[in-house]
Amino acid sequence: MEFSELIRTGRAQAQLLRGPEAPPLRGTLCVTGHHLLLSPGPQSTPDLWLLLLRSVDSIEKRVAGDSGTIILRCKDLRVLQLEIEGVEATLDIARSIEALSSLESVITSFPFFYRPKGLRLGDAWHFLPPERYYKRVARETDAWRLSEVNEDFSLCPSYPRAVIVPRAVDDDALARSARFRQGGRFPVLSYHHAPSGTVLLRSSQPLTGPQKRRCAEDEELLRAVLAGARPGARGFILDTRSAQAAKQARMTGGGTEAKAAYPHWKRLHRPLERGRPLQESFVRLVEACGDPEQSMDRWLSRLEGCRWLAHVKEALSTACLVAQAMEREGACILVHGAEGTDSTLLVTSLAQLILDPMSRTMAGFQELIEREWIQAGHPFQLRCAHSAFSHARPKHEAPTFLLFLDCVWQLGRQFPLSLEFGEGLLLALFEHAYASPFGTFLCNSEKERCLCEVRTRTHSLWSGLNQPKEQRKLRNPLYVLNPLAIWPSVEPQSLRLWQGLFLRWTHPPEPAEVAWEKVWQIVTGREETEGSQPTASA
Amino acid sequence: EQHTDTPRTVENVRLVDRVSPKKAALGTLYLTATHVIFVENTPDTRKETWILHSQISTIEKQATTVTGCPLLIRCKNFQIIQLIIPQERDCHDVYISLIRLARPVKYEELYCFSFNPMLDKEEREQGWMLIDLSEEYKRMGLPNNYWQLSDVNRDYRVCDSYPTELYVPKSATAHIIVGSSKFRSRRRFPALSYYYKENHASICRSSQPLSGFSARCLEDEQMLQVIRKANPGSDFIYVVDTRPKLNAMANRAAGKGYENEDNYSNIKFQFIGIENIHVMRNSLQKMLEVCELKSPSMSDFLWGLENSGWLRHIKAIMDAGIFIAKAVAEEGASVLVHCSDGWDRTAQVCSVASLLLDPHYRTLRGFMVLIEKDWISFGHKFNHRYGNLDGDPKEISPVIDQFIECVWQLMEQFPCAFEFNERFLIHIQHHIYSCQFGNFLCNSQKERRELKIQERTYSLWAHLWKNRADYLNPLFRADHSQTQGSLHLPTTPCNFTYKFWSGMYNRFEKGMQPRQSVTDYLMAVKEETQQLEEELEALVERLEKIQKVQLNDTKVKSKQSEPSRHSGFSTSDNSTANTPQDYSGNMKSFPSRSPSQGDEDSALILTQDNLKSSDPDLSANSDQESGVEDLSCRSPSGGEHAPSEDSGKDRDSDEAVFLTA
Repeated sequence: MEFSELIRTGRAQAQLLRGPEAPPLRGTLCVTGHHLLLSPGPQSTPDLWLLLLRSVDSIEKRVAGDSGTIILRCKDLRVLQLEIEGVEATLDIARSIEALSSLESVITSFPFFYRPKGLRLGDAWHFLPPERYYKRVARETDAWRLSEVNEDFSLCPSYPRAVIVPRAVDDDALARSARFRQGGRFPVLSYHHAPSGTVLLRSSQPLTGPQKRRCAEDEELLRAVLAGARPGARGFILDTRSAQAAKQARMTGGGTEAKAAYPHWKRLHRPLERGRPLQESFVRLVEACGDPEQSMDRWLSRLEGCRWLAHVKEALSTACLVAQAMEREGACILVHGAEGTDSTLLVTSLAQLILDPMSRTMAGFQELIEREWIQAGHPFQLRCAHSAFSHARPKHEAPTFLLFLDCVWQLGRQFPLSLEFGEGLLLALFEHAYASPFGTFLCNSEKERCLCEVRTRTHSLWSGLNQPKEQRKLRNPLYVLNPLAIWPSVEPQSLRLWQGLFLRWTHPPEPAEVAWEKVWQIVTGREETEGSQPTASA
Repeated sequence: EQHTDTPRTVENVRLVDRVSPKKAALGTLYLTATHVIFVENTPDTRKETWILHSQISTIEKQATTVTGCPLLIRCKNFQIIQLIIPQERDCHDVYISLIRLARPVKYEELYCFSFNPMLDKEEREQGWMLIDLSEEYKRMGLPNNYWQLSDVNRDYRVCDSYPTELYVPKSATAHIIVGSSKFRSRRRFPALSYYYKENHASICRSSQPLSGFSARCLEDEQMLQVIRKANPGSDFIYVVDTRPKLNAMANRAAGKGYENEDNYSNIKFQFIGIENIHVMRNSLQKMLEVCELKSPSMSDFLWGLENSGWLRHIKAIMDAGIFIAKAVAEEGASVLVHCSDGWDRTAQVCSVASLLLDPHYRTLRGFMVLIEKDWISFGHKFNHRYGNLDGDPKEISPVIDQFIECVWQLMEQFPCAFEFNERFLIHIQHHIYSCQFGNFLCNSQKERRELKIQERTYSLWAHLWKNRADYLNPLFRADHSQTQGSLHLPTTPCNFTYKFWSGMYNRFEKGMQPRQSVTDYLMAVKEETQQLEEELEALVERLEKIQKVQLNDTKVKSKQSEPSRHSGFSTSDNSTANTPQDYSGNMKSFPSRSPSQGDEDSALILTQDNLKSSDPDLSANSDQESGVEDLSCRSPSGGEHAPSEDSGKDRDSDEAVFLTA
């Protein structure tokens, strides 16, 4: 397919309005295969304005007289307005953007063409989290092994090639357990908490079905987990669905672990919102935040009606419960919901941030996302196909990853010195998960990424972010290693709307930026000169 | 009665942990002339909780249970203490004594008259001179061709709730002023609050006119004219009535009301609806009920907060301040502000507007001046509003609390614009109620002079100034264009910027606050940087000397301190680590603790206090010790900790060792 077939018009004269704070830009507008370009001419700054078409979430067009208006609502929640000369040109450009922004093919997407200066293909792809993480686990305990039973993705299409499993369980047993779990997602190690000798596992629901089927190998696997942990260890299975929903899942072949079959494991239900209701919550919140007519009288109830902060509270408290059970009760934990690719990952990754100081470093956090989200098979392509502005009926979209980032932001607010990265990194991750020139968040699983040769043909976001010039934006200058668990408060008084994300484009960010600049100055010991541009110190 | 003489002691009292009520510390309760003190029995810590009688807002005796008789004490600084006293009779006695002690009838009973920070007479006098309003008017550029100091209120002859020193337009004759005062509630005639020297516009304040349905007063009309003429840059003045229109109209029936635009030439009249003290009192009450909810859901909290209306009221006050600041700075027009009596809403609005206009008020000293000017000198009724002496409960209202919150909301929006930090605001709020210093006593300057406050008590401003290092905002950027001149608020009104202030209203529940303090960390870094620089300078100087003298022995010994940046902070920050709260909710299947772990587990958070121990937080400031006589056991830091913080402490420090080892 040629992009040129989709481009209806070459260029037009247009004016771009970028919200109340930025001055409008006038110039020549032009659509290319992946970008919308506006070139205001050589004298102006910036001399070129560029928008990745993939980041357009919805498009609205109006024509009046001999000109037209296009409103682009972007996946990063920005709203842009283009005033275009010529009715035909307006309609053509709108159609071109519509067609190009919704292309589904992965291998024709921009990351496959993006060749930034200073980066080499394949640079940061070398770190393979399960293998790398296994090295750390192996130093702490010998109860676990790295299995390559999923080498060809045949056992579990959404798992990576290598997974960490109890040493006492062989690959055949894993294969049987996989057949007993939805999508083949048998229980694997997510995190080993060395101080307490306990582990965090994740999987999908067992396929007990209406007949209450059992699987000896699956039971054996969980028995082996406890045997490999500290003596007398108990386990909790944390189901991210309500007890009723878990029971109902039996009708469709799923279900939950029977008490009798897993004697030392106790089941807990902590229902977390997922799927469409979560997406709707996101949409409502963004709508509320963008409503200028909102009166103070109703703002708080509207915020309440969005339910977003309630989801943040639920996610954080569930993760805290998991972390608490491990660290304080010395219990092993298995987390799953139905598919084990969404709220399961939310809980396991947050629990690690609470417990593991390593995961709170810049490198550790990137590794956590790579291991617990990307390689663990969170279907980014499906979940992030649209953001909050799309008029299309949501199919598989859900902002689970955004919810995770919001929870991390809340942790950072309560422990401002304990995360090595700042809000800037979280904002960047949000942006790139929804639309990115890098390949990191492409596809839904390792298997798909292998088929598309993402690793060899696109650049990794991590090498993009880890360039020295980005550090001042992404790092937290206040960071001091905190070797302890960080237990957040989940009381409503302690949780706040993430202004930096939800109000990023409607609220002037300058005061916060001035403060950030000052923090850097104090920490790097270069104070008292306004407007000076201290260089990044990575 | 005897309680003021001998401290009363009750043994085996339990102090209930507000968060996990099953946990309670056993100890002894002392009632002294000024404080309620609870001392834990635990021999190694003997932790203390001190509550000033003047902080007590309500005391509630609850139904007796098998364990004893519970007593709930709510404080004006938002601390809540629950005690269980074994004997019903003792509980009743304590209850009766506290009711009496918490509601003194004479000023002499207040803490400031017994509080003695061991300063000599001279130091005390200097303390009172720290904030000088005549200096402040000079700073504004007064007197000048248009404004002069008037002695019309000498000996409080015209208005007993106004100060003696007031600025009025030069052309306002005594005749005009006195005439105008007779046409204003409580004779509070228009007087200068703030003068904006950049464009000669001013903010004046008064009470409502006694206009009724048709009354007029020539002198009052002249008064407004001379105010207008004192600003050559504008041909009109705004008259801002901060009440809701309906309230103002209702006042007309009582012979009061508002200015008729037809009678006053060249005024633009404007209502800005801020509700009255009764609405505000109820609103705070409702919000505090929300804060007191046990593990509320997000919906409970947000609904409750909205229904309280609190943030809506805060926004109304801010909007009024913004309106006035814009009129002055952008339109160059003078503004006359009033409400009914002109001592509550008017004080709020004038001080918010001044704070927006003038960066001086955003400094530590300037903020004290602002409160001294708009609140203390202009007769804000501190005694009535904050219930220092036993009085009409309907007079009580969180008027200055709202102003303090407005400042905090601005600090949140402009992190670099203020020289002081949140702690400064919290401590001022505390001392408005504590009666430890004389500044906020009484209802007017006249009363304070009669009581000889300055000779008999100490000034809070001197105390805060002495400890100013604790109150500095490391992010303050006096040099930045954004923080110079007037603060520019976003043009579109934005509700999202008004947030619940948990640092104030839940401040004794440390677990809900951010567990690490950016302010303290940055101050420590700054201090260390400065020390190193000084050291370097000294060394360079020394080196130069040495080279000059050309000594052979050039050995320069550096002082002990190692220039490794930020070392030594990590440990202190780690001490802020916490223990988990009970995340399991009331889920039965999850045991809240394992037998081996004792009962520390379900304690909420329990952070160590990461604030500096000099924090007069506020019930056990070391200064206060001297106010209490008969106690052998006291550690100044003890009372800082809310009861809920007690238990996790030792465990945490063990843990830190374990994990870092």
